[in-house]
Order: sequence, then structure tokens, then C-alpha cells
Amino acid sequence: MGWENWIINTFSRSLAYGTPLLLGTLGEIYAERSGVLNLGVEGMMIMGAYSAFTTTYLTKNPWLGILVAGIIGGIFSLIHAFTSITLKANQIVSGLSLTMLGLGLSGVLGRGWEGKPLASTIPKVTITPLSHLPLLGPILFQEQNLIVYFTIISVPLLWYILFRTRIGITIRAVGENPATADSMGINVSRVRYICVLLGGILAGISGGYLSVVYRPAWTEGMTAGMGWIVIALTIFAFWNPVNGMLGAFLFAALYHLSFRLQPYVSPELLKAMPYAMAIIVLIFVSRGTLQKRIGAPAALSLPYTRGED
Amino acid sequence: MTSSKGLEFKIEERSGVSQGRILCISVLAILFALVIAGLFFQLFGVSALKAYRLIFSGSLGSSFGLAETLRRAIPLLLCGVGLTIAFRALFWNIGAEGQLLMGAVAATGIALFSEIPAPLLLPAMFLGGFIGGALWGLIPAVLKVTLGVNEVITTLMMNYMSIYLVEWLIHGPWKGPSARGFAYSETFPPSAWLPTITGTRIHWPTLVLGLILSVLMYILIIYTKSGLEIRIMGENPEAARYAGINSLKVTLLAMFISGGLAGLAGVGEIAGIHQRLLGPTHISMGYGYTAVIVAWLARRNPLAVIFTSLFFGLLITGGDVIKVSLGLPSQLINVFNGLILFFLIGSEFFLHYRISLLSRR
Amino acid sequence: MNKTDDYAIELHRIVKRFPGVIANDGIDLKVRRGEIHCLLGENGAGKTTLMRILFGLYQPDEGEIILNNQKIQITSPKVALQNRIGMIHQHFRLVSTLSVEENIILGLDEGTGPFTNFRRVREKISLISSQYGLSIDPQAKIWQLAVGQQQQVEILKALYREVEILIMDEPTSVLTPQEVEKLFITLRSLVNNGLTIIFITHKLEEVMKVSDRVTVLRKGKVVITVSTKDTDKATLARLMVGREVIFRFKKNPLQKKDKILEIKDLHVLNDRGLPALRGVSFDLFGGEILGIAGVSGNGQNELAEVLTGLRKVWKGLIYFTNQDITHCSSRKINKLKVAHIPAERIRRGIVVTLSVSENLILNKYFYLPFSRGEFLNYKAIEENAQAMISEYQILTPHHKAPVRILSGGNIQKIILARELSKDPGLIIAVHPTYGLDIGATEQVRQILLAQRERGAGILLISEDLEEIISLSDRILVMFNGETMGILEEENADLEKIGLMMAGSKYPGEKI
Repeated sequence: MGWENWIINTFSRSLAYGTPLLLGTLGEIYAERSGVLNLGVEGMMIMGAYSAFTTTYLTKNPWLGILVAGIIGGIFSLIHAFTSITLKANQIVSGLSLTMLGLGLSGVLGRGWEGKPLASTIPKVTITPLSHLPLLGPILFQEQNLIVYFTIISVPLLWYILFRTRIGITIRAVGENPATADSMGINVSRVRYICVLLGGILAGISGGYLSVVYRPAWTEGMTAGMGWIVIALTIFAFWNPVNGMLGAFLFAALYHLSFRLQPYVSPELLKAMPYAMAIIVLIFVSRGTLQKRIGAPAALSLPYTRGED
Repeated sequence: MTSSKGLEFKIEERSGVSQGRILCISVLAILFALVIAGLFFQLFGVSALKAYRLIFSGSLGSSFGLAETLRRAIPLLLCGVGLTIAFRALFWNIGAEGQLLMGAVAATGIALFSEIPAPLLLPAMFLGGFIGGALWGLIPAVLKVTLGVNEVITTLMMNYMSIYLVEWLIHGPWKGPSARGFAYSETFPPSAWLPTITGTRIHWPTLVLGLILSVLMYILIIYTKSGLEIRIMGENPEAARYAGINSLKVTLLAMFISGGLAGLAGVGEIAGIHQRLLGPTHISMGYGYTAVIVAWLARRNPLAVIFTSLFFGLLITGGDVIKVSLGLPSQLINVFNGLILFFLIGSEFFLHYRISLLSRR
Repeated sequence: MNKTDDYAIELHRIVKRFPGVIANDGIDLKVRRGEIHCLLGENGAGKTTLMRILFGLYQPDEGEIILNNQKIQITSPKVALQNRIGMIHQHFRLVSTLSVEENIILGLDEGTGPFTNFRRVREKISLISSQYGLSIDPQAKIWQLAVGQQQQVEILKALYREVEILIMDEPTSVLTPQEVEKLFITLRSLVNNGLTIIFITHKLEEVMKVSDRVTVLRKGKVVITVSTKDTDKATLARLMVGREVIFRFKKNPLQKKDKILEIKDLHVLNDRGLPALRGVSFDLFGGEILGIAGVSGNGQNELAEVLTGLRKVWKGLIYFTNQDITHCSSRKINKLKVAHIPAERIRRGIVVTLSVSENLILNKYFYLPFSRGEFLNYKAIEENAQAMISEYQILTPHHKAPVRILSGGNIQKIILARELSKDPGLIIAVHPTYGLDIGATEQVRQILLAQRERGAGILLISEDLEEIISLSDRILVMFNGETMGILEEENADLEKIGLMMAGSKYPGEKI
């Protein structure tokens, strides 16, 4: 293949694979920015994948399937929110148990759905005038789908909300210093619930995208650890949606490349990269001033109770 | 205070919890999970009672079932005991899965490539596996004590790194003859095989090791200086500082033990059941994660882990049983696990807080 | 500024009770519009409680608040702000990773829907800043600012919400002298623009310098309200600490033994990196109780921590019986038989989930006979527990009971038993009777006196001035990290101590 074609091919495939990663990451960024660690992403994704597939199969409406996926992901996340925020239970264990639940449930319910063909999927879109742009054209504007566009557009939107609006200030304050936010009249619980819910909805949609658009098919455990990569990417993105986008597509590109590079670099080492990178990033931001600038929200994974000061 | 029509709820912290209450609530949590899971059985048109009866008779009633229960319990026992130590030191070790795999890797390396004479080979493998798991667990520990890096994320990430390490080994440098499209390493020499109880897959040396270590760790926690230091630090790090305890040393010790024990579990699986290095999901189907529930249910008591690991071994075996005889998906067990863990942590709310009703004046 | 009887706010007969104590006992306070009014008093006088009532954090049990001739109920800080009352706490309520303008608008509705009109925000901030002489870059992040600047952000926050009455709780406790000057200039500017300021402090210097009127509180009651120009430091000091006869404990006469502790020019930094101790020097002898008096936050905690090896010394030396312990670890000092009775006993002194017997050996488990090699000797631990329980009369159902179920007094007894059983040469007791009932307080004091008899040297740090005066053989007063003076028991009168506690070096007093 000519190298130009090769680039086009790689990047447009990266968009496809990176989109569910990005969706999950965007949601997790919001949840963690409000101070709640959601380790249940994998479970929410797979439940989203399952519910989207079955809904689409039964109703022949892929959009309905994705909508249902978002709802299911949201419901799951509300369970996590209730346990972590209201019952103030250990967020790590709560998230893990929801992942186990999600994987198990989808495996149980999904039995018998494997191998069923999906006739309807969302249409591919080609924006003709733009698709003639050199390089960018074929990558972005030929044979992509609306969800990819929706995801990419939501990145600057979510960035803007988080960093330039009152809502974003509120969320960041809650995740950084909930006591102060509380004393300024902000309802810490409510903000956290909403952010966790957003995370769950996006995780569900991400899973739905996998089973309805990317594959499209249903296999047990088809998310294959994507949820954990989302957790890693959230850190790698320094909790910033724009970085999240770069990270997600970068990882997707590497993933795609790992097949191509097989003769030269072992694919397993490439697959281990995002996890190693996440650790390196964590080490990097743990040092003093850096932590203040770009580190994790200070109150991450700590339940908040209004106490005496 | 939260109000609802006519009634007011007051939520206040409890001052103390009795052992009885803890036990009661744990049992209730399991029962709840059983009930909810039972609903799933109904969904498949199977009576919940029938299913539960099968699970228990299948996993305890027949000698085969019992054997399977025991052998499933072995890695849960070792990992679980290790986790009780880590959790007591307030170190959230979610990386038992990876530490187990690294133990398996170390054991494989020794079995296939070292020149150690036959009678010493198995002990060397156990030692190597312990050290492999311990080192893998020490890395996140060092990061936490020196830089304050969140150990939940690091241990989790390292699980995946170890998975890919194993994959790389069996596809690359340690590639052996493959069968049916799966990659394996070379089979171990017979001197590296753990003896099993005839007719079963129970590699009893590991089981014995696990039981001994469970007792030893209990002794450590209750009767030794280090154990006291771990307990003090885990319950009140501020007071530990005032008592002059070196939290760095204590955390590292706790993770050395926890990682090492998980490593031993890995050795057991490799040398006792598979006799070669294989794909990571075949070595451990989530033992490291299930061990979190095992340790949690045991309330971080190493002796109690003997019982909770048996219980979960029972559940896993039961899952196989209902898959075979009722055609129900074995994933149901995962649902079960998730539900139990979920109700357990939810129920802890009732341990720490008391809800009383006040009638509105 | 007109000094008519135009009151910005009036508090009538305010009563606030907490379990075991009456924090505000029928307080009348009238603050004139456009004045700087200081609330002066020691710890526990009731100043902060009163202001928290005014800001809606507490509700009064009795009494009323009158604003603009109308009775109002301030049920929450939100309501307080609606009534144009703002409060700046001692510990700032700022989110360090956010910028100045983001902190200012936190919790406010600024713009249409979710979108904030930052241009308008910046304009308003700029307007306020120039009007009041403040200059802060609105886009700077809080963590980049110095403490004095962070306080200015808090002031901007209040001004942005158009408060007319501003309460400041010990605002100078975290500032450098230069920043204090700047603050006073700012306050004058605020008042010139029509604001009313209520200023909680224990520092006489500030009262004289910046206030128009001052109200002295003592033990929950108002002692006097007076125009600042009509009074002086000495008078205020006397009013602050009271004139009652202090009950002195019946002590045996002082039998001073050898010098056991020598502190030379100690400089220590606090958690924020600012100086907490600035050149403290004194000696302590066996058989005496040296009381460290002073309003909390003037370096006493850091002094205790440094002496027990829990904080680093920046400059200076500490000698314990002629041994240099300046840089020793806490365990080493513990082994040298220095006893420490810490300030927050539940947070620092014990582990509530462990048993009584385990807590009794919390810092000795590594000694014989409590452990042999790696193993703990529970028989010895239990015997020790039985002995301690009977000697100190600790009320507990069983020595294995978790400490969590014990009362405060018994918890303190456990700590005392543990620390004193090593026959210490030096005892550092920080707020030892805080939160204890009368009976327990008695017992603790008797125990300390008994140790004094034994020949131990005791450093008693307490906010309870009566306790210090009644127990101590000598009294050292700390203010702002320095020693203001050391008084012998005979010379210890309240006026002198009060002056020193509030920042005035007593004339002629050697340090």
C-alpha cells in the first residue's frame, strides 16, 4: 500500500476504535473531576453493549439501541453513586463489584445472542465537498458515522463547560475541596451524582457503539478491558477532555499499528503501553507543585461528610 | 437530617460495633445476594431452590465436587490471606491478579531454565514465585510511600502489564509447542510438577502451604510487633506517627507479604494444575479480584479466610455444575460475586451509622 | 464617619449553649455603622461562637438580632449574605487549583444559564479592586498567591457579594508584619466606603491601632464596650483575663532539682513554612511545673512537637539532661524517658479500635517484657494493664475492651498511665484537661502534681489560664512565636500575664 493510503487507513480506523475509548474517557473525566472514582466503567460499557445490541436487533432501530445503552449505563452508575456518595462506602470496592456484576449479568443475559447478525446499523456518512480535502478529507469525512462526529464535537464542548463555565467551576471545586464548596452553598452530593451519571451514560453509549457500529455483533466480554484503558487514559489526559481525545486516538492508532508492526515490535508490549504510561504520568504529577497544576482532583475517592472545621 | 412526611430520620455515627453485629450483617448481605440471584434463576425458568440445591450438592455432595471446590479455594486462600494483611495496612491492593501471574512467571523460569537439582526444584519455584509476586507488589508500595501515588490505580495497571508480559513470553521467548491455536510454554519437567491427591486436581502442597500461612499470618497480626505496627498504622496513621512507628517500613512489609502470597498462588496454579505457562486468563480467571471479596468477607482476619475462600470455591464449582446440568450460564457466579460484594459494602453503612426515627414534634 | 447611634447590627441577650458549657451568656452587642469594632477575648471567651451566630452557622438558643430596626433570623450563611453580612474565617475557604475569579464566583449565578460572562465578572472585580485599593490578578491561581494575597481574595469575595458588614476571625494570625500593615490600610479603605467591620482578635496592639471601639468578652459575657481612644492596653488586658481570685492548688513547696531541659534560641517552621517559633529560649528544672500560657496558635503546638521529635528544628538547640536531642527521632526521645501527653488525645494519643491493654503499651511494645524478639508477650501486657488500671483507677469493663467505648476522662488516664509509667524525667502535657468533666480534671491535675513531687520537670501547655496559674511554679507567656516573659509564681498576676498574652512585653521583664 502506498504510504498515503496507509496513513489514511490507519487514522480513519483509529477514529473508529478511538471513539468508544474517548466517550468512556470523557465521562470518567467528569466523574473524577467531581471527586468520585468510578471503577465500574467496564461493567457499564459491557451492559451498554449488550442492551444496545438486543434493542437494535428487536426494534431494528440502531439509534434506539444506543439510547437504551446510555440509559442502562446511567442506571448502573446511579447504583455506584448511591453506594459511594450517600452510603459513603468504599468507592474502589463499589466500582469493582459493579464491574463484576456488569460482566456477569451481560454474560448471563447475553447467552444465546452470540452469532446473531445485526441487519441494521447506523448509516455511514460521507460529506462530499469536505471529503476531497487532501489527507484529512478521506480520514474524517469519508465513510464515517454520526457518532464519531458527535463525539469529536463534544470534546471542545465538554472542555469549555469544564473550564469556562460556572458549572465547570462548581464541579472542579467539589472535586478539589468539597468542604469549601459546601460552605459556599453548593450541594456537593448533587454535583457528584450528576457527574457520575454523565460518566455512566457515556460509558453505556460507548459500549453500545461497540456492539452496534464498530463490530457490529455481540460476544460475551467483548469490551475486553476497554474500561480499564479508559481509567488509564483519564489519568494520561490529566483530567482534561482535549488531552483525552488526543490520548484516545493515539492509543487507538497504536493499537491498530500493533498489528502492522507485529514483525518488528511485539504486540503485547504495545498493548501494555497505555497502562505503563498511566503509571508514569501518575508519578510525574505526584510531585508537589505539579500536582497543584495538573494533578488529580484532591478529593478523588474520598467520601465527603459535612463536619466541624 | 433528612425529613420525610411527618417523620424525621436522624443519621448519627455509631460509637462501637460488636462482633455479633458484624457477623449478622455479613450473613444478611449474603442472603440478600442469594435472593436477588435467585430471581435470575427464575428468569431462566429454573426454580431457585432447585438451583441452589444443585449448587451445594454439586460442590459439596460428590467427591468430585468437593475436590473441585478445594482446588478452586487454594489460590483464593493464598491471595485472600495476603490481602487481609495489605488491607489492614490500608493499602488497597487490587493487584493480586498481577502478583499471582508474576509468581507463575518466576516459577516457570525456574522450572524450565534453571539447573537446580530435582529435589530442590519445587521449593525453589515456591521461593522464586514468592519473590516475584513480592517485587511486583513492592513497586506500587514504593510509589505510594515515596510519592504518594494512588495504589489502586497502580496495582490495577500493573495487572494488565503482567497479563501482557505473560502473553509476550508465551508468544515470544518462551514459546513452546502450541495446541489448538493456543500458545503455551514448554511443559515442565516432571520434577517441577506438584503432586496432587489421586484422582483430583488438588495440588495439596499448596493447600497445606496456604493453611499454614493463614495461621502464620494470624499469628503475625495478633502476636508480633510488626503485626501490631500494621494494625496501629491501619487504624490511626496519626497515632502511629506519635508512637514512633515507621510507616514506610510497615507498608513495604505488608505489601511484600501480600504480593508474595499471591505469587505463591501463581506457583500453585502453574505447577499444580497446568504444568506450563499459558494464557493469563487460563491461569487465573479473576482469582485476584475474587480474593478481594474473600478478604473483605473475612473482615481482614487471616483465619477466617479459610472459610470464606472455601465458600467462594464452592460458588465457582457450583457455577460449573449448573452450567453442565441445568444449562445455565456459568457467568451467573460473577453476578453472584458482584451482588455479594455490593451488599457487603452497602451493609457497612449500617455498621457505622445508626438511623433512628424521631417523630416530628 | 458619623458617630450617631446608627447601628449596623444589634445583638440582644444572645445565649448559646453547648453540652457542658454556656458559650454565650446573654450577650448584648451593638455595632455602629461604618466603624471597625474589635471583639477581644481569650480562647473560649465566646467571640467566635457569637460571630458564627451572626453568620448563620449556629442558631442562638435565646436572644435576637436586629438589622435596620428589623428583627431577623439568620438561619444559614446564605441568609446572612442576603442580609449583606459576610465572614472571613481564620482558615480560608478557597479552592487552591482554581483561579481568583473562579473562587469569587463559586456558588453564584453569573450570566445566562450555565454560561458565565467572564468579561462582566472581571469588570466588576476590577471596579472593586480599584475602589478599595486591592490589586490581584483575577486569573492567577490561588496556589500561586501569598497568604496575604489570598486573604485579599477572601475580601474581594465578600465585596463582590456586596456585603455591608464584614466579620473577620483572627485575620492577622497567618500574616507577616508587612501584610498586616497592608490589611489595616485595606480595612480603613473599606470603612471609608461605608462598610462596617467586626474584627475578632486577642492582640492588644491591633485593637489599639485599628479599631474605633472594642468589646471585651470573658467567659461568654460582655465585660465592657468602650471607645478605643478612651482606654489603653493595660486596662484591656486586665478586663480580658478578669480579676477574680484565682484558686491556687495546695502544693507542696517547690523543690527545684537539676536543670533537665535547656532550649536555646529555637527557630521552628509550621506546616505552611512560616516561622512558628522565633528564637525561643528557656530552662526547665526537675520538680517544677513550667506553665506555657498564651492564646493558641502562637507557637505552643509547634513547641510541643519539636520537643517530642515530631517536628524538625530549623535553628537552635535542645538539651535534655545535657544531651543534645535537637534532631532526635520521636522514638529515641521516647526512650530517653520523655513523656508526651498530646493535644488531641483521640486523634493522636490512642487507637480507638485497639484494646485498653494494647493502648497502654502503644509506644513501648518493643521493650522487654512486652515483647521478646519479634513476638509480643501478652501475659506481660495484660499484667501491665491490670496494674495500670488499678493504679490510675481507669474505668473499663475489661482490659481487652476497645478503647472506643471509654469516656474522655478514662482515655486520658490511659495516656497518662502509659506515659508516666516510664518514670519520666520530663513531661510535656498539652491541654491535658481539655474536654474533661470536673472529676476527671481534678484527677489529672493531682496526677501531674504527684509527678512534680517525684521530681519530674513538667512543661504544661494550656489555654486555660486558671489552670496554668494554679498549677505552675513559673509561667512563660508566648505570643507570636516568641517568649514575652517568664514570671515566678509570686509575681504572676493576671494583668501582667494578660498584657503579655496579647502582645505587650511587660516593661522591665527579662526574656
